[in-house]
Amino acid sequence: MQSYIPSIGMEVHAELATRSKMFCRCSVAFGGQPNTRTCPICLGLPGTLPVPNRAAVEMVVRTALALNCTIAMRSIFHRKNYFYPDLPKGYQVSQYGDTNPLGYGGYIEIPTSDGGVKRVGIRRVHLEEDTGKLMHLPTGESGIDYNRAGVPLMEIVSEFPPDIQNAEEAKDYLVQLRQILLYLGVCDGKMEEGSLRCEPNISVRLKGAEKLGTKTELKNLNSFKSVQLGVGYETSRQAAVLEKGEKVLQETRGWNEQKEESYLMRIKETENDYRYFPDPDLIPMVFDDAYIEGLRKSLPELPLSKSQRYEKDYGLDRKESWEFLVDPEWSRFYEEAVKLGGDPRLIRNEMVSEFAKHLNETGIPARESRVTPAHIVELTKLKKEGQITSKMGKDVFVAMVKDGRMPAQIVKESGAVQISDESQLTSIIEEVLKTHPDAVAKYKGGQVNVKGFLVGQIMRQSKGQANPEMVQDLLQKALEQA
Amino acid sequence: MSISLEEVRHVAQLARLELDEDEVLAFQGELNALLGHFLDIQGIDVSDIDAQSHAVTMQNVWAEDFPWESLPRELALKNAKVSRAGLFVVPAIIED
Repeated sequence: MQSYIPSIGMEVHAELATRSKMFCRCSVAFGGQPNTRTCPICLGLPGTLPVPNRAAVEMVVRTALALNCTIAMRSIFHRKNYFYPDLPKGYQVSQYGDTNPLGYGGYIEIPTSDGGVKRVGIRRVHLEEDTGKLMHLPTGESGIDYNRAGVPLMEIVSEFPPDIQNAEEAKDYLVQLRQILLYLGVCDGKMEEGSLRCEPNISVRLKGAEKLGTKTELKNLNSFKSVQLGVGYETSRQAAVLEKGEKVLQETRGWNEQKEESYLMRIKETENDYRYFPDPDLIPMVFDDAYIEGLRKSLPELPLSKSQRYEKDYGLDRKESWEFLVDPEWSRFYEEAVKLGGDPRLIRNEMVSEFAKHLNETGIPARESRVTPAHIVELTKLKKEGQITSKMGKDVFVAMVKDGRMPAQIVKESGAVQISDESQLTSIIEEVLKTHPDAVAKYKGGQVNVKGFLVGQIMRQSKGQANPEMVQDLLQKALEQA
Repeated sequence: MSISLEEVRHVAQLARLELDEDEVLAFQGELNALLGHFLDIQGIDVSDIDAQSHAVTMQNVWAEDFPWESLPRELALKNAKVSRAGLFVVPAIIED
């Protein structure tokens, strides 16, 4: 087989995290009884006028700024006309043109496995409305639920010709984009609920060829895994078609997650057929520099910059950094703890062990837990100063989760302070050696590993409060003298 | 400015209209008459007028993001020819 180079363009739709729809104030939520969130505007009844949601416009502009786009200082809405009952009006409100979308000509930076970053161009970021949901009925008819119709939808399209050249990069692009949306708070990023949807288009060409091949569009990808598998599959499928001397057709294909293969959905309509034109019901949006600069200043620190800072200032490696960054809430917690003056490494270890386990088991988000950054910092300090053993730390953690008391207070009230007093430890050790003469004999006979057993007995005798390092030293001495 | 028979068929197809050949011819005539009016408009000198997408001078009319009460479902479905189980029901659609 000859060598083929894939080119992958990414079209991502994100439902915006507003409370109401794009052009009416019907509430926005996932699920619910069908057709309980509609009104004359989103049902497209005659005589109604749409009014854009200010919050949605702002979310798109902020996203465009975070993606290094140029902002259209004047931007309008268009009607995209098509015949399909997922929107009752007979058109979808969208934004057409190269420099009309709210943002255009930007880029996103993606961390690569070699420790660097790859820049992927963003062609445009625009605002449109989501469609209703169609379901097939047993009678052979279609049933329509318009709850989702008119929900603010942001479309983010990568640059053409595409910068993405393999399935892994396609997945990484989506991962990074999702992170940015989460940190901006503009989308909940739930791919399984369809609030973040990805439709890659894929073409392959012979290595060395200038001209890009015919592309296909892939739908129904609802996880990072299916994006990677789907793009990989489509790449190989097209290469195989070309290898046989046949032509790749411009078509839309669906992804079958069970079979892990793509299937033909339809031959693509050409763009002109949508007959875009300016929506006369929606007047232009015009922005000034002060407004845009104000939004630019309000942008939070983005995940890539955070990860670089965690590596540089906190001494975490890339993988450890991203453990925090997958969840904005989790990284906020971590940063607050570090700011309180804790050791970044110890705090990280504390958070990813007991605390993460606890949150996973209970399903409580970090911000609702009784455990605050101050608790974690104090706990790591008690351990570091040798006031408690890590085993005692676990008990303190359990108590902390239960009633929210601070670790130092828990330790004080239980009287469970680590025993670091030499005479006290020595007497415990002597007692243990006395009750296990056989073990002492074995040790003297050369079975040095019996020492572990003795340490265990000592810790048990001290109810886990003995300072482990001191026990090691003192036991060694005691055995040598015995 | 004139429209070909092929263009009439294409537009009819986009509008999901089934036209026989007589109708295609009839519409060609009607559409060409309409397009004739645009020729009159094109005669007007607009060289010192900026292109615009809207006839009004307003801009930036927004609504704040506060949800309102939606229609009761019975009311929302009232105009539907067929509804069942809270859904608008339409003939099966195969997207082309």
